[in-house]
Amino acid sequence: MSGEDFLTRIQGKFGNGVVSTNLDVIDPWIVVTSDALPDVCRYLRDEPDLQFNMLNCITAVDYFEPDEKKAAKVKWGEPRIEVVYHFSSISKKHTIVLKVNLPRWKDDQEGKLPELPSVSGIYSTADWHEREVYDLSGVFFTDHPNLIRILCPEDWVGYPLRKDYEMPLEYHGIRGK
Amino acid sequence: MATVDDPRVVEFDVRTDEMLVNMGPQHPSTHGVLRLVLRTDGEIVSEVTPHIGYLHRCAEKIGENLTPRQWIPYTDRMDYLAGMNMNLGWSMCVEKLLEHQLPEKGRHLRVIIAELGRIASHLVGMGAYGLDLGTFSPFLYAFREREKILDLFEEACGARLTYSYLTPGGATADLPKGWLQKCEEFLTGLEPIITEYHTLLTSNAIFIKRTCNIGILSPEMAIDYGCTGPVLRGSGVDYDLRRDGEEYYTSMYDGYAFEVICERDGHYPKDHDYPPVPSDAVLGDCWHRFYVRMLEVMQAIDLCRQAMDRYSTSEGSWGEPIKLAQKLPPGEVYLETEAPRGQMGFYMVSDGSSIPWRVRARSSCFCNLSVSHEICRGAPIADIPAVVGSLDIVMGEIDR
Repeated sequence: MSGEDFLTRIQGKFGNGVVSTNLDVIDPWIVVTSDALPDVCRYLRDEPDLQFNMLNCITAVDYFEPDEKKAAKVKWGEPRIEVVYHFSSISKKHTIVLKVNLPRWKDDQEGKLPELPSVSGIYSTADWHEREVYDLSGVFFTDHPNLIRILCPEDWVGYPLRKDYEMPLEYHGIRGK
Repeated sequence: MATVDDPRVVEFDVRTDEMLVNMGPQHPSTHGVLRLVLRTDGEIVSEVTPHIGYLHRCAEKIGENLTPRQWIPYTDRMDYLAGMNMNLGWSMCVEKLLEHQLPEKGRHLRVIIAELGRIASHLVGMGAYGLDLGTFSPFLYAFREREKILDLFEEACGARLTYSYLTPGGATADLPKGWLQKCEEFLTGLEPIITEYHTLLTSNAIFIKRTCNIGILSPEMAIDYGCTGPVLRGSGVDYDLRRDGEEYYTSMYDGYAFEVICERDGHYPKDHDYPPVPSDAVLGDCWHRFYVRMLEVMQAIDLCRQAMDRYSTSEGSWGEPIKLAQKLPPGEVYLETEAPRGQMGFYMVSDGSSIPWRVRARSSCFCNLSVSHEICRGAPIADIPAVVGSLDIVMGEIDR
């Protein structure tokens, strides 16, 4: 199925759920709203001619430049967190990329994590991947059954893959820097 | 006052309690520092909770501060048993962004190296699995052969564990003179030895008793949890990225003849001599996962031979590495390759400078391990090392 046909279908089905698309890049992507994400995922998985039955990877990218001088020159626009979902289909052998844009902090209050509905009920892979994204990039997944840190210790402070993260000077008596 | 004859008292005395048992983080059968918390009812495990992260180095954060070629050594240290295949995954991801076309000779060189890496990794997987089940000798046999592959790698790039040999653009150097003969000698020597391994483990009565019909992973569950590699194919799913992956990756194997190893209609591909499937084995159990790995060693030998033929007849460059601080075009790419333990994916976002804005490693073992709580449920404690071992995990890759 060609990119445009597929896109028209998704847009017809979800309307305002699709924010924007980019089909001219190496891996074309579709940006959806956070509310529409679980429905889009369920649709991708269950539709007989799509069958995206495998969720390969969830990544969060922090678009934020802490250096003010450099921040004036960045090309990506407003600071944000982008959560990227890579899907593939074992039977149909095709792939798709979904993206969701989130504010860096909920309600612009530093420390309040942006929220996104969990897809762990649709793809079990998402369980651990969402925990990793929460752990390292600081995105809160609502309805996740067990959202705790997975790679860092449970009492770790901060989200290491945020661009403004600062390495702690000390952790339980171990020197950090 | 109740007497001992009162049945309620007797029942009270023999009641069982759930107990939490900590396995690891230093348990020798956990392939690194993995901690499993088992909730047990007597001998039976009702819940397994893996705790990971003991080897976490946040390689992704490090990658945001280095150029792609500088990050190559960090990929070695992810899956340290298949460093070459990790190098390959990252190199191809960078090349995909650069839209770099590899010269023909370089393509075949990569197939040789990647398949040798697969053999080395599966040999350790086999030996360590024997250790998990309490037999020491297969481990020594496996390491004897692996040593020879390491010698070959050492001759090609100077390192024995963390190679950094394949880099974006090709490889750091061409194969030295006379290397192909040595490689061929090794492969000729390895083939009959595989039969020994089959005698030691695959068709060994104790091994069959310990691995058949436990840790059964259904194909639906394997796909749902994102399991890949031999774990997925051991459940009978016919999927191998070398054949089914993205065109950018499959073009590396263009013209190669191979059949994906998995059970179809109750049979495995009939290319080689190997022991039959025991009657106790159920598709998706530990034995099948192990068997797929063993057959993949045979397949890798064959692919390696094909690649050597093509390499020796192709002319030109082996693929010079890109510049150390090559400017990257803005954009983002995701590429998965078939590493020995499953699909290893790398994702890179570039903002146009020579240092990527974000790198991400999608670990195959991470997903494979996440299914462990499903397949360990209801097994006796003694089977837990057998089930977790059959996933063939490497903690360096899970924790990154």
